[in-house]
Formats: sequence, structure tokens, C-alpha cells
Amino acid sequence: MGTLGFDLLALQLFAGVALGAIYVLLAIGLSLIFGMLTVVNFAHGAFFMFGAYAGVFLAARGASFWASLIAVPLIVGAFGLLVERFLIRPLYGRGIDYPLLLTFGLAYMMVEGIRIAFGTLGLPFDTPESLQGATDIGIGFFPTYRLFVIGATAAILLGLWLFLERTRYGLIIRAGARDPQIVRVLGVDVSRVWLLVFGLGTGIAGLAGLLAAPLQGVSPEMGGPVLAEAFVVTVVGGMGSLLGAVVAGLLVGVTVALTSLFVPEMAKVSIFALMAVVLLVRPQGLFGRPGLLS
Amino acid sequence: MTATTRRRALAAAAAGAALAASPFRINVLRAQEGPIRVGFPVPLTGPYATEAQNQVRAAEVAIAEFNESGGLNGRRAELLPRDDRLNPGEAATRTLELIERERVNFIVGSLSASVQLAVNNVTKARRVIFNSISQSDAINEASDWSPYTFHEALNPHMTAGAVGRYVFSRFGKRVVFLTADYAYGHEMVRGFQRAGAPLGIQVLADIRHPIGQTDFSTLLPRIQALRPDLLIAINFGRDQQITMRQATDFGLKRSMKIVAPVLLYSARVAAGPQAFEGVVGGTSYYWRLEDTVPSAKAFNDKFRRMHNGAVPTDYGALGYGGVRTLLEACRLAGSTDTDKVIEAMRSLRYDYYKGPQYYRRCDHQSVQSVLIVESKSRDMKDENDVFNIVHIEEPNEANLRTCAELGHAG
Amino acid sequence: MAHATTAEPAAPRAALSGALERHRVLAAAAFLAVFPLVAPFEALAVNILIHGLYALGFNLMFGYLGLLSFGHAALFGGGAYLCGIAIVHFGAPWWVAIPAGIAGAVAIAAIVGALAVRTRGIYFSMVTLALAQCFYYIFYQASDWTGGENGLRGVDLKAIALGPATLDFLDPRTRYYVVAAFVVLALWLLSRILASPFGAVIEAVRENEARARACGYDVTRTRLLAFVLSGAFCGLAGALNALHLSIVPIESMAIETSGLAVMMCLLGGMGTFFGPFVGAAVFLLLESIVSVWTVHWQLVVGAVFVLCVLFFPRGIWGSILHWAAGGGR
Repeated sequence: MGTLGFDLLALQLFAGVALGAIYVLLAIGLSLIFGMLTVVNFAHGAFFMFGAYAGVFLAARGASFWASLIAVPLIVGAFGLLVERFLIRPLYGRGIDYPLLLTFGLAYMMVEGIRIAFGTLGLPFDTPESLQGATDIGIGFFPTYRLFVIGATAAILLGLWLFLERTRYGLIIRAGARDPQIVRVLGVDVSRVWLLVFGLGTGIAGLAGLLAAPLQGVSPEMGGPVLAEAFVVTVVGGMGSLLGAVVAGLLVGVTVALTSLFVPEMAKVSIFALMAVVLLVRPQGLFGRPGLLS
Repeated sequence: MTATTRRRALAAAAAGAALAASPFRINVLRAQEGPIRVGFPVPLTGPYATEAQNQVRAAEVAIAEFNESGGLNGRRAELLPRDDRLNPGEAATRTLELIERERVNFIVGSLSASVQLAVNNVTKARRVIFNSISQSDAINEASDWSPYTFHEALNPHMTAGAVGRYVFSRFGKRVVFLTADYAYGHEMVRGFQRAGAPLGIQVLADIRHPIGQTDFSTLLPRIQALRPDLLIAINFGRDQQITMRQATDFGLKRSMKIVAPVLLYSARVAAGPQAFEGVVGGTSYYWRLEDTVPSAKAFNDKFRRMHNGAVPTDYGALGYGGVRTLLEACRLAGSTDTDKVIEAMRSLRYDYYKGPQYYRRCDHQSVQSVLIVESKSRDMKDENDVFNIVHIEEPNEANLRTCAELGHAG
Repeated sequence: MAHATTAEPAAPRAALSGALERHRVLAAAAFLAVFPLVAPFEALAVNILIHGLYALGFNLMFGYLGLLSFGHAALFGGGAYLCGIAIVHFGAPWWVAIPAGIAGAVAIAAIVGALAVRTRGIYFSMVTLALAQCFYYIFYQASDWTGGENGLRGVDLKAIALGPATLDFLDPRTRYYVVAAFVVLALWLLSRILASPFGAVIEAVRENEARARACGYDVTRTRLLAFVLSGAFCGLAGALNALHLSIVPIESMAIETSGLAVMMCLLGGMGTFFGPFVGAAVFLLLESIVSVWTVHWQLVVGAVFVLCVLFFPRGIWGSILHWAAGGGR
């Protein structure tokens, strides 16, 4: 290692936080559906990939990146609504394994469908022109687009928080997650709430895919690693806790950054080691409620 | 269970019973009559599907050519492609199917080091010739090699050596390696270090990342801080595309030259011109070789005619070379008898698609040229024109590891 | 969860299924004896045997104890590697190598189990997943012993000496029957375990943990013991896989291999004796046959999963048992 200057360490930590923001982004959609519906969405990575391809499709038809930021979550979310209505809904009350298996099969179909439509080779995805290049952040230069992604993640989180905490619908959703029976007794159509949550979660997954496309390009397999990473973040943070997902995402990002500096070949296993340690010390995750899903 | 599969199963059972009764006679029957069957396990699905399909297409060109020119005294050749899913276990199963059920004469194929070593382990125990068309150093070494093993592709040592000799003298001697942490990556690093030692290179860091990493942002600031002349990014496929893209985003190209030892046509197409702009690397074949090499022109034209004007990729061309050498060796031997074909392969001096080649006697490694290419975003003849060939290192046995070093007797 | 195995026979057609259940090992042996005649090719038939055994071992945790492990690849892969290492690095004969594989898997199961059995539900799945990833990494890095990413090559077992006779292990038919013999032995053992008092305790713990505890059973110990037993079966499957393919790919320890057991088990019918085997057979046959027709075989495989979940939630074998017992679909 030799010389490890302060600037490099600071930049490294910043890179870790920036990466953490991306992990948070990947995890929110999964965490939301997991926490509210106790559905383990194994097709989360496929929805993510679907979002990136929706962006490619729109860009090829002249849509700007900014228009896609609005359109892609709507397209992917609408597809999510259909999936919930016709595939997931019949499975409620049958335990956690069946939606898991179903979404596993669905992910296979989505990936193969994309291969048929767009080919097996990946596609390039250019960074929007106004966000190209690097910005001086005081300790060094950092790609402007990554700074934008941090901002976008914060905006999505804030919007989601306001929606869940400050609106009537949010109240119903939170209540439905705790005790669907009571909510039903109160005359609320729970199935519509669940439909909405699933659409919201998949829409955010699609948006994450679009935001990730300029970072890594687009390929049918791009959702694979995302699923594992999103799971780690969700579980470490505690299922169903948005605050947990944020803290865990940043924690995972910083862990990867520090591992990358000292033993880079361990970067991938380090996040699983972190998950094992957290779960063994605190089985419900950092911010999870004990007893949920056990 | 359908009627056809049942019939097939019964036929297989009958064949199995006959084989048990008289293995020798059946073996002769299989070897000397009927079509020449070439098993071809490649990853037809998954991240390298496009590349694998190109390999199949190129192999079809070799088969068609052989059949149109009369086959082996009228015996035609046929190709049996199988999906190995880039998984060594699946590849071994498929190879067993090809040998035990389809009774193929030869196996050609593979697109990764671990898959080719798995296939090789199965073929050598059953004394079936295997011509590998993807890169590995281990397959040349005595512990994995067998007399039935041929290696038509380049290996990491040859590739890294040629690329190293080209870049170290032109772009500088202060080097950082960013290496995918597996045998292929380590073999490449060793090749660069061997080529660089006499030139006095200085390795500032060898950073190893796990295979399948999707974000390199936590590695790039450190590389930037080391201020090397050269960043040699030794990874493959999607790892490589993401590295190039993110290195571009972090502005690394402003202060250093980026080198990708294996620079593939399909990777460049998938990632786009921006990410690979100015990246230098090595390859076994690039279609623009047709400007200077007549056999490349002939091969490309045949490929274009059979496949709607498409051009063969680098690994695709290896599919052609791997199948054609075997079929030509059958002609030379006048039979498909394994021992005779091996002898004929060893005596081949061939120029089928990229200039002169031959198999070294001790390890059956194809001695061949290495192309150094540079990715471009301007002056493109058409959408397939993505590289400039900046240098060709001619075939030279001295650039291979010695037979003694690999553990071979002679 | 499917309880079709314990359902009272309610129709004449139940007589057959009842007989099948009573003599299940015999029935399995008879089926496996003729199976290679109908399988597309022997190597695939052997794969089905091995993965069936693997899913069976996994089912002990998932189907019988209700704990969903996402880390069984560590047990399958551990068995494969230890068996392979015994042969490649120590020149061990098969009758040492196979027990070595089982012992390796049991050791890994003891470590993973000791840490994981305290957790419940989805957290159990995640702890086993994380620990299995750590084992993957250890085996990946120990490339002097395991071959790393290149895989372990040279697990060459050419012949099996049995007293005066020698079996040619390279002959596909012989290889099948050798592996089948081990699988039948494992089926018999598992059948005995499930019929033993310990099997009853397992069932009691799954049905009502609190009551089992109140009855004086040590729930944590039961779980650990079941995990280790599961490891022994999966380890045997891994060891046989190493001998069958003559290599051990690092993929045998990967997440996908853990997922495979879950899928096969659910597809066939969890908690039923033969379900995992049926699931393995259907999954691998489907994959193998469809992949020769079309490169888009994943679309077909995915659709089969979706349809199975929607219309045959008991799994294939579970649905057959349910139908035989007089139930509807």
C-alpha cells in the first residue's frame, strides 16, 4: 500500500458513500415489497433490467433522458401492476415460498423475453450530455453523473417518505403491513393497497435500472448481481424498514470501499460476511422489528 | 414421454447392449463409416451467447466447405452444437452425451478456461480428440494436457506477451494491473511480467477484483493516485465493458493509456465507441485482416455469403479454424482413426484464415500471429469497423513457454 | 405445506399409492433399474440421480422441518470438493474418497448449522446464504487445493474394484448403476430415519415448536442434527457428482446451486418423500430437451415454474399424491 494520503482516503470514503447510494437505490423497491407484502420478489433484478431496456427503447425513439426518468417507472410499474393482479394475488396466504418460486420463474421469462426483443449482446447507454465529465468536490474529481445519482436517490427516498408518512394512502399502506385484518374490518380494500405497493416497488426498481444504465451499460444479465446486493441491504437494514435500507446501503457501500482499498479481491464476499455478522448478532437486522416473518 | 424419445431410447439401449457385447467392432464401425460427427459445446445462452452463436456459424462454414469439396471420400461432416451454459458441469455432461450417445468423432468448442478444462478432462479419459478454441495456459501444461488435446486458440501467455512487447516500448513502463481474480487473470499478469522484465517495467500495483464485479468506482481513485503510464485491465466480457466505461467516466484516459489484453469485437460493439475509445489490446483475429491476408479475405467472403453479410468475430473465427484443421487432418490421414488424425494434425502447416499456423509438437498449441488492435470512434468504414490493426506479431515458437517449462518431455 | 403423505386413503386408487409409500425404497429401486432405458442419455440420468439425492437431502430441512436454507450449495460443493481432493491430491480409492466427501459436508453443515439454527424464517435463509458465500470464497481462494475458478480436474475414477470383479466406471451404463446403488442405499437410510422416533420429533418441531419444547424436546438440537444429516446426504450427492463428471466446478458451491435445490423441491412437492426426485427429474429433463430445440429454453422453463405455482402448488408429486388420496387437483 505504501503511501496512503488523506485525500485518497477521503475520496475513497466518498466513493463508498456514493456506491452506498446506488445500493440504497437498488434495495428500496425490494425492501418496500418485502416489508409491506412479505413477498420475496426474486424478479426484482429482472424489473431493474427491464427499466434499463425501457430507457434504451425510449431513447431510440428520440425521448430525452429526463422524459425517460418519468416514463420508465410508469411503464415498469404498470407491468408490475399486471404481474401482481394476475400472478401474485392468487398466492397471498399461501406462505412465502410460492411468490418466491413464481417470481423466480417470471425472472427467467423476462430475461429471455428481453433477449428475444433486443438480442443477447449488451447495448451501450450514453451518459446524458449535461451530466458528462467530472466535478471537483474539494478532495478530488468525481464523475458528475454519480453525484446526480446520489441526488436522485435522496429525492426518491424523500418522496417515498412523504408519501408513506404524510398521506392518507401511506397511512393505509403502513397499517396494512402491520395488520391487514384490522384494515379490512375498517372497510379498506386491502387488495388494492397491495396492488399499489407492488406497482410502486417495481416502478422504483425500473427507475433504478434506468439510473444505473449509464454507469454500467445495458445487458439482459445485469439484474443478476443486483438481486443479491439488494437482498443484503434489505436484510442488514431490517425487513420493511426504509431507514434501515438507507443505513445498510451506506454501510455496505463503505464496507466495499474500504475492502477495495486493502483487499480488493474480497470486495464481493465482504458484503456477505457483513450480513452474516449482523444477522448473528441481531437477527432481525439493524432496524427490523423482531418477530416479523419468523 | 413421446414416441420418438422412446424409440430413441430403445435404439440407444440396443446400441449400448451391442457395444457391451463387442466394443471393438462397434468402435471401428463408428470410426470408419457414416458421417464425420463434430460435437461443439459452446455457451449458446447467457452473457456470451452472441459470441457462441458466431462460433457455431463459423464452424458451419468449415463443415459446408468440407462437404462441398467432396468430404472424405464421400463421407460428409456434420456439426452437433450443444449449449454448455458457460458452466463446466453442464459442459462435462454435454460432452458425455456427445461421446456416449451421439458417438461423435471429435469435440471442438468452449468459450472459457474452466469449461475447456472440464471438457478436456472428459475427452482425455475417453481418448477423444478435443480442439479447444478459448484461452487458457493450464491446458498446455502436462498435468492437464493429453495427446488428444489440441489448442487452436491463443493462450494468455502468448497474448499478454505480444501486447506487452507492443505497449511497454511505446507508452511507458510504469504499470498498474487491474486483474479479475481467477486463473485467466493471473496467467495474463505472469505473461506481461515475463515480457516486461527485459524492458525494465515497474509494476506499481496489481489490484485484483472479484469476477463479476459491477462497480469499479472504489478502485479507480487509487489507480488515479498512483499515476501510472499504463493501466492494464485484465478482465473479460461484461467486467471489461464496465471497467472501460467507468474508467472513462473517472477521467483516467486523460493521464494514462488503457490496455485490454484481450480486446474483443463483440465487447466493443456492446459497450459502444465512447467507452473503448483509444483502448489498445490483443486479439487472435479481426475481420479487417482481409486487407492484407488473402486467406482472411476468402474466409470472410464465405462467411458473409452463408450468413447474410455478417462478419465473423475473433472467437467465431476460432470455431472455423478449430473444425477445419480436424477435417483437413482427416483428409490427410485418409481416415477418422484417432491416432492417424492426431499424427496428421501434428504435421499440418496451414493458412486457413489468418496467415501461417502449425501445432507445436510437444503440447499441440497452435503457433500463430497475435494482432494488436486499437479501438476507434472515427473514420469507421461501416458499423462493423471498430478497430485499427496497429501491429501484427508474427508466429514464433520463442514467444511460447518452453516445452520443458510446461512439463513435457520433448 | 403439503401433507398428502399422511392423508388417509379415501378412494380405491389410494391403494396403489399406499403400497408405494409402504414399500417406497423397493419401488424406487425398481424404477431406477429401468430408468436409463427411457432417459435421453445416461449422463443425464446420472445427473438426475445425483440432483434428486441432493434435493432429497435439502428436503429434510425444508419439507420436513420447515426451514428454508439458501446455503445448501456449501454442503453439495463441500462433499464434491473433499471427495475430489482425496482422489486428486492423495490418490485415495473410491471407498475412502466418498466417505471423505460426506465427512467434509457434515463438518461444513455442523459449522453453518451451529450458527444458523438459532434464527428463524427468512433470517435463517439469509444466514445460510451468507455463510455459504463465505465457504464459496474460501474454496475459490484455496486454488492450490481446489483449482479455484478453473475447477478441480483429474477426479478420474476409471474402474471400481469389488473383490475379484472390476467395474468399468467409464462405461455409461455401469456408471449409472453404481451411482444408483448409492442412491438407493441413501433412500433406504432416509426412509428409516423418517420412520424412527427422531423422524417423529422432526415432525413435532415443525408442526408446533412451542409444544415440542414443552414436551421436553430440545428444538435447537433437533434442528442442528437434522441440518447435519441433511449435510451428509447432500455431501454424498456432491461426492457422486465429482466422480460422475470427473471434475469439481466452483459453480457447485455457487448461489445458483443452492437455488436449484429449492426449485427442484418445490417443483416436485416439498415434504413428500419422492417429490424432490420428481422435481429434479422434471427440471433437468425439461432443460436438457428444450435446450436442444431452442436457445430460448429459459422462456419455457420459466413458464413451467409460473404455471406450476399457479395451478399445482403442491408440486408435481404432491399433486399426484393428493389426487390419489381422493382430493381434487
